[in-house]
Amino acid sequence: MADKKTLTFALMDAPYENARSTTALRLINIAAKRGYDINVFAYEGAVFLPFAGQQAHPNPVHGHDAEQEDHPLPKEWVEAVIKEAAKNGGKVDWVNCGLCVDERGAGDAVEGVRRGTPGDFWNMAESSDNTLVIPTK
Amino acid sequence: MKALNIIETAYRGTLEEQDDTIVWLTHALKGAGADLDVLLRANAVNYAVKAQKVAPLSFGDRQQKHGPDIANDIAGLIAKGVGVYIVKDDLAERGISDDELIDGLSPVSRDGLAKLLDGYDHVWHW
Repeated sequence: MADKKTLTFALMDAPYENARSTTALRLINIAAKRGYDINVFAYEGAVFLPFAGQQAHPNPVHGHDAEQEDHPLPKEWVEAVIKEAAKNGGKVDWVNCGLCVDERGAGDAVEGVRRGTPGDFWNMAESSDNTLVIPTK
Repeated sequence: MKALNIIETAYRGTLEEQDDTIVWLTHALKGAGADLDVLLRANAVNYAVKAQKVAPLSFGDRQQKHGPDIANDIAGLIAKGVGVYIVKDDLAERGISDDELIDGLSPVSRDGLAKLLDGYDHVWHW
């Protein structure tokens, strides 16, 4: 693909706190559909986005059991964008900041996520066409 | 590649982390060989105030050994050769005078930000 891009995203927000992480994953999804190579550096609370321990729950307010509710799980969205990129000839290199993982006990991540350091973020940015930082506010 | 970390949101989790996470990230990136500077703006200009002091937290019998020392962490960046810019207008709006600040900062006016940012390959606004 002549116009194939490499994009890097730095994310900071934990899931379920605001819309920034969802927006980031929607942008990553668009890039995945275009077959781009995508780097993600998950910093601080964002290391919980691919946390394997996330569980869907029923919603008594909606009158739904867990299956009816189909509660969103960011770990599934992360898995989905990894698959989507691969399907379209791209790839997602998702790096969780290791120290951020340790202080939160967030080491159990879905497949395709690796542990790394800020140096990985710098190398990702150096090898990318552009980098977008989406920080916690 | 040269990057500028703009720090705007201040005191975000600093009591838990015992530092500012982006100041920490900048230290780590510099240690990994990165060429980068920092711009303190909005409430984050207070990071350069010498007199700030945070007592260690205490919960019941659990006493933390130390609190964050962000002004010293900023001074450490300057000592490593990281340029630390600070927005003069944001200092003035908060009544912070120059003699309250650590040494080695590079003041910049809002009028000068566009020219400053133009000197970087990447600008990351945290």
